[in-house]
Amino acid sequence: MPSTPVSTEALLAVRGLSLAIQKTGPGRPRQVPAVTDLGFAIKPGETLALVGESGCGKSLSALALMRLLPPAIRITAGQVRFQGRELLDLPEAAMRELRGRGMAMIFQEPATSLNPVLTVGAQIGEVLLRHAALEGRNLDGRAVRERVEALLRQVGIADPARRLDEYPFQFSGGMKQRVMIAIALAAEPQLLIADEPTTALDVTVQAQILDLLAKLQAERGMAMLLITHDLGIVARMAHRVGVMYAGQLVELASREAFFQAPAHPYSQALFAALPEAVARGQRLKALAGQVPALAAMPAACRFAARCERRQPVCETEAPGLMPVGDEGGVRCHFPGPRPGSAAVEILPVPLPALPVAARPLLEIEALKVHFPIRKGFLQRVCGHVRAVDGVSLELSPGRTLALVGESGCGKTTVAKALMQLLPRSGGEVRWQGTLIEAKDKRQIQALRRKMQMVFQDPFASLNPRMRVGDILLEGMLALGVAASAEAGRPACVALLEQVGMKAEALERYPHEFSGGQRQRIAIARALAVAPQLLLCDEPTSALDVSVQAQILNLLRDLQAELKVAYLFITHNFAVVEYLAQEVAVMYLGRVVEQGPVEQVLTAPAHPYTEALLSAVPRISGGRPILRLQGETPSPAHPPEGCHFHPRCPKALEQCRNAYPPLRPLPGGVQVACHLAC
Amino acid sequence: MMSFQPVLLWTDVLLWLLLGCGVGLGIVSAHTLRQAWSRLGKNTVAMATATLLSAFLLVGLLDSLHYRERLPPAPGEVRVVYGVEVRSVLDGLLRQLREQSEKTYSAPFATRLYAKETLETPAGPVQGYPRLKYGGAHLGEHEAKRDKDVLQRAFASGVLAFLLWLGLAAGLTALLARRQGASHHETWQAIWQGETAFAWRGVLLALGGLLLVFLPMALWAGDYHVLGTDKVGQDVFYQVLKSIRTALVIGLVTTLVMLPLAVVLGIVAGYFRGWADDLIQYVYTVLNSIPGVLLIAAAVLMMQVLIDTHPQWFATAAERADLRLLALCVILGMTSWTGLARLLRGESLKLRELEYIQAARAFGVSSARIIGRHLLPNLMHIVVIALVMDFSSLVLAEAVLSYVGIGVDPSMISFGTMINNARMELGREPVVWWSLAAAFVFMFVLVLSANLFADAVRDAFDPRLD
Repeated sequence: MPSTPVSTEALLAVRGLSLAIQKTGPGRPRQVPAVTDLGFAIKPGETLALVGESGCGKSLSALALMRLLPPAIRITAGQVRFQGRELLDLPEAAMRELRGRGMAMIFQEPATSLNPVLTVGAQIGEVLLRHAALEGRNLDGRAVRERVEALLRQVGIADPARRLDEYPFQFSGGMKQRVMIAIALAAEPQLLIADEPTTALDVTVQAQILDLLAKLQAERGMAMLLITHDLGIVARMAHRVGVMYAGQLVELASREAFFQAPAHPYSQALFAALPEAVARGQRLKALAGQVPALAAMPAACRFAARCERRQPVCETEAPGLMPVGDEGGVRCHFPGPRPGSAAVEILPVPLPALPVAARPLLEIEALKVHFPIRKGFLQRVCGHVRAVDGVSLELSPGRTLALVGESGCGKTTVAKALMQLLPRSGGEVRWQGTLIEAKDKRQIQALRRKMQMVFQDPFASLNPRMRVGDILLEGMLALGVAASAEAGRPACVALLEQVGMKAEALERYPHEFSGGQRQRIAIARALAVAPQLLLCDEPTSALDVSVQAQILNLLRDLQAELKVAYLFITHNFAVVEYLAQEVAVMYLGRVVEQGPVEQVLTAPAHPYTEALLSAVPRISGGRPILRLQGETPSPAHPPEGCHFHPRCPKALEQCRNAYPPLRPLPGGVQVACHLAC
Repeated sequence: MMSFQPVLLWTDVLLWLLLGCGVGLGIVSAHTLRQAWSRLGKNTVAMATATLLSAFLLVGLLDSLHYRERLPPAPGEVRVVYGVEVRSVLDGLLRQLREQSEKTYSAPFATRLYAKETLETPAGPVQGYPRLKYGGAHLGEHEAKRDKDVLQRAFASGVLAFLLWLGLAAGLTALLARRQGASHHETWQAIWQGETAFAWRGVLLALGGLLLVFLPMALWAGDYHVLGTDKVGQDVFYQVLKSIRTALVIGLVTTLVMLPLAVVLGIVAGYFRGWADDLIQYVYTVLNSIPGVLLIAAAVLMMQVLIDTHPQWFATAAERADLRLLALCVILGMTSWTGLARLLRGESLKLRELEYIQAARAFGVSSARIIGRHLLPNLMHIVVIALVMDFSSLVLAEAVLSYVGIGVDPSMISFGTMINNARMELGREPVVWWSLAAAFVFMFVLVLSANLFADAVRDAFDPRLD
């Protein structure tokens, strides 16, 4: 039985591709399979999306197609046919001709994909010259320049004649990704491999880049292999979808089939873990456990240990990729819709709605954090970056306020200023009515027991050289919650249990844990001093969807159990919808809209909120699209008048002149917009 | 009445103190860092290089136990008088090598001098190569038998080395087998395939290498100059062994001076920023922009004047040379901390923004504790690498400084003075290569094993590398 259905007129056909990591180091060299028996085909003009969580082998597979694998990873079996040629047998010289002209690739991180010491024009021109030489054409400098200009115009860069002489640092993130796309398109490839092309970008910019890719693909009839972890992007871009899990393709289907009725239990679990798919107040359906390690991959079904539909046969026999329809397939012994037929199972326990307390826990009034810009020999101050410029917020006990905005809007700075990690430049902070003086060390120390922080990156927030036990104890000892390490130990065990981990973790080092487990440890560390308020700085943005669901559930359970309040910083509206009662939207250091979540998310009053909401790619279609032009300006030089007016599609004359005050609207919403009243 | 008087030189004290500190630290941390130490013990390369380094250290330490011999009482003298020359235990062991000096250059294993002289023969004065006083003296008239003699001794000592090694290996196997209750054959296989918890394989390999090289050397050294002699006829093998101590002192004592400065100033600048950072940066920028050799020359010459004007401080020439060596170490330390401090400042700047340090600050953990628990352990790999790199460059710096005349005391034997003396002879035809080659090989082995060992230490103390 062929492992994959392959269409005859496919541009690219992959069959039985297997990759292995060559392990050296102490002990005998061995091979660890990274990708096993991968097979799919892409027709001209078609987009295939490869979806999967980190470490499932999707990026490695893309690199293998380009034959750009790092030396430690070998192709152990399989065929890759491109335009009828077998790529794996080609000599390297022929492969080099093919890269760029046959297939081109764009990468996740535009900031590191461009050479910082060459102008953008030179980097695009390099590709043009190389491929012109291959075709035997002779391009002179002017012809190259014209072609580069045309390319930059195509990818939507204004004033290309001037900008092609600029260096990458003069471009913003989204612009750099456009340049990367221009480089990829320079030799007119028939297949574009896009490896998480928008993961490093903000939602509004992501929407622009996705539009651009879709437009270019339609114009050129180019095939695309899109690698992503975001089902929303898949829904927006793909014709067909391949789902990968632990180095295997577990499901291959058309977009319609995939989104209507995913057949593999893992695909279903991915959908169920999405916060947006769940009605507010319900628990997310998180996958238990974690992906098996590459070195200890079960010989039978790799998903069996986490699967709800597991039968004895799943643990003894590996399922093949059973064909479904013409070109689909599913690697499961018992494929089909989820028992109970509903795509998402809703647990019967809604979370209790919490009453609003009379007295707020924390009040922030006109908080300002300005960073001086220094220049010259004597370091004179010549300006300020207004990272936070007059933010007022109110948090109630046991409730969640979400602070939303794109990168650089100052939301993390608010949290750091509250924790006294950054000095405030102005404004007042009150804890239960008491004014907190930034200079008063004792008051600050006392506040640190009531307010703690969970950081974004679980890989950077735990000291790699300390044991988990010591990490948990640190705060207790510093704030006098525990008198000694011995006295704090039982509390540590209880904390670990509270966040769903075992006591044996105490003696281990952080690197032995997965991202989700590390984030649990980080949450336990913050909870160690029994705070009443937790500042969560994008705690799930570095995690995979299924792990994110576990952490979000954990946070909800902890709130219900401990009555702790959250200030939840995020850029993900789905998470806001799932977790928060109130939301504040920030733009360039100021709050532009705030109010109850239901109100703000369903009927946004500020054009920026509206644009943000419409830019989020969703699996269930939805709102009318309001596209923003350009990117967030620098907070060192905010635009005159309303900060948002240069990007605002509805801007009026008065928006250019005066910053609108925050005005109350009916329904408890406050908005800073001239148009909203 | 003792037949010798012990002499304590400053660098002796420091060297032994450093050893004591090292051992003490190892014992104190044995419990908390058990995993790291056992990881280190498992590493074959680490254990092999550690064995080589211990051999170097042993030579250096033997050379750091100094004494003055009691002179035979002169007639009519009642007081006990000690000789003015300070000797070390190593000198005592190598008395023969030290005392058997020739007139000038002779090649390794030579029986005749390297330079022509006018020889008195019955037929009248002839230009020729005179016989050496000691090299190959036992051969008498039969100089032609030299090759055979050398090979015979090589063979005999080779066999002896092999037998000794076999004995060692067998003893070890028997010991381990008894402790673990396994058969001898199994134990040996486990050792050989590197499956023991402690990498005995590395130790055995290094010991085998040492035996195979130094047993023949020892057997030859009695009757030949194995590595030739230098301009004044001194045995080069003896010089090389004596240089080891100087290299160790320069490398280790300088480090002792430089390390606290670099670590404290680097971390303070990087972690606290502000005016402290400005001040420290200005200091090291100024220090760096003065040519290093000039600064060191000025300091060493001032020190020399001080030494020369206070002869009453020193009982012997060795004490004077020793103070100069110590001064050189301190001066080198004071000028060489900038590089490491700058590295540490940069890394601290990066680390202080990391989230785990932010988290600690959010708990109100004191700065001293953050530096001790979070910053320092994560900077250690840089410190270890920089130390080893500095060790080799310091040994080389000593050579350069000795060349300019501001290095160690001219009477002190060091790799630097050896290289410096040999330098002039490289241009001569036929070339005198053995001094330089001997210094090069010993220095190379010393620095290379220190490098490999430091790599292994760094890896062993990083919990992420398993």
